[in-house]
Amino acid sequence: MTIKVLDPTSEVTKETVASPARLQTLDGSSIGLLDISKPRGNVFLDALEELLVEAGADVKRFIKPTFTKPAPVDLRHEIASQCDAVIEALAD
Amino acid sequence: MDSDLELFSDGYVAFVKEDCPTCLLIEPVLSRFADSGQLNAIFSQDNKDFPALDITIDDSDLRISFQHGIDTVPSLLKFEDGVEVGRIVGWLKSEWEDFSGIPDLCSESFQDFSPGCGSLSVSPDLLPALEKKYGSGLGSRLVEFAAAEDEVEKMFELGWSDGLPLVPPTSKRVLRMLQGTSRSSDEILAPVPPNLVDLSIEKIAINAVMAGCKPEYLPIVISALEAVCTDEFNMHGLLATTMPVGPVLFVNGPIRHEVGMNSGMNLLGQGNRANSTIGRAVQLTIRNVGGGKPGGVDRATHGSPAKVGLCFAEDEEGSPWPSYSQSQGFSPSQNTVTVFPGEGPRLIVDQLSRSPDELARSLALGLLSNCHPKIVLGMDAILVISPEHAARFADAGWSKEDLNRAIIEHSIRSTDELIRGANGIAEGLPEDFAGIELPKFRPDGGLIIVFGGGGAGLFSTSIAGWLSGDKGSKYTTKEILK
Repeated sequence: MTIKVLDPTSEVTKETVASPARLQTLDGSSIGLLDISKPRGNVFLDALEELLVEAGADVKRFIKPTFTKPAPVDLRHEIASQCDAVIEALAD
Repeated sequence: MDSDLELFSDGYVAFVKEDCPTCLLIEPVLSRFADSGQLNAIFSQDNKDFPALDITIDDSDLRISFQHGIDTVPSLLKFEDGVEVGRIVGWLKSEWEDFSGIPDLCSESFQDFSPGCGSLSVSPDLLPALEKKYGSGLGSRLVEFAAAEDEVEKMFELGWSDGLPLVPPTSKRVLRMLQGTSRSSDEILAPVPPNLVDLSIEKIAINAVMAGCKPEYLPIVISALEAVCTDEFNMHGLLATTMPVGPVLFVNGPIRHEVGMNSGMNLLGQGNRANSTIGRAVQLTIRNVGGGKPGGVDRATHGSPAKVGLCFAEDEEGSPWPSYSQSQGFSPSQNTVTVFPGEGPRLIVDQLSRSPDELARSLALGLLSNCHPKIVLGMDAILVISPEHAARFADAGWSKEDLNRAIIEHSIRSTDELIRGANGIAEGLPEDFAGIELPKFRPDGGLIIVFGGGGAGLFSTSIAGWLSGDKGSKYTTKEILK
């Protein structure tokens, strides 16, 4: 005797998203730095910005309203449309 | 034969599909059988003109096939007085001749044997829709375990469990669970974090069955999830944080007694089915539908046993004060569930205070250690006050608001003691907070007092919160709708 049960999961399959091509050079690239709004994340990002600018990158800074929630969709869109790559900083 | 009833009264019916080589093979057999007058109908699943006979009936919507549990084509069913008395599947010449009672259904040279094919009505792609339309009315995928498999072990392997055994969510159990609510099983409640997938009442019912709930608990589970699945409660944050927090639930109103919840001795502990399974059903739903799993979006450093599910009831009848839900503007006859972003419970001992002021100071000191004694504000708390502690205040004529105010006042500390480095401890408030006084909790709702527990014990229990407000999580109270 077999037993049939109902699937408790969402039954939604995840779409596979292809990774974008790797950057060949920082020189002339637009790099986003996303501050997640956690204490001292800016310290880390300031240091990164210095290094990236030295390497010739055009750095754009972004900030999440709060670290406890995912970045709002508009912010994600802004980053995606303006940057070749993004670095999201942790903190503490 | 002009109705289903007559077709299935006396005689035979067959189920076929054109896409089955065996069905094609036996087309002349079916024709001969039809001529005998004993074959009432041939239900064709994929072509209404196959076989081209008068008794062929279009079953391309698969209703008849599904309702008769056809899993193989061809199938031949025999009926007597409206009752199915036997069925055979596939093609075995001798078996068909015996079963039909017609010794010369085909020529002697006709092929002896050919296996059947799967019926379209059990196709995994089509089955959920058929089940919803013609069967249980449920739309979830059916997962079948083989007879030799242990279903409880299989559910662990599929990753559905929080680490404890699950009750197998069979259609029968889920349908019974759905009797607990007047809501439609396909109603979408909210997008459930972290994956923000549409959460249906049916999926909640399935997870409630697995958690061990009774149908009468379901409205509490649904209302709790409605409160949890909001941007304000921020379940995504509760999962993603490294802190050991989850939704802590407590219930007010007559439903506490109707479903047999515990608000007395050991109310935060084990042993009561409703207390133990309601919170678990909420967490299983977040895990299985929302996709919030430890090691995935859930990044807790230590976690807490409370994250299996923590739910309790307030002892409204034993309390000297109006209930929590009354203080939020609900009437005593309304049922509510409050969801709070909290840690596991921790005891505050005070067996010596005899005056209300002494005890308020003592409880405030105990609550100061939530999170860290040098970190204040930003995190709310629940204080579950025991009958013996509450009596100290009630006997002296204190209201619950008096007590709340006194605890917050007695929690005020000079920030010079709390800033980073003070008392040789690096942790604490940033230095620019020096020189002022601050309470542990915000005065406008930072401390929730709930009455409950056993009659003996000069203790109360603290449930520490997580980041409160817009930047973190806001606790909320919802009316439970049956």
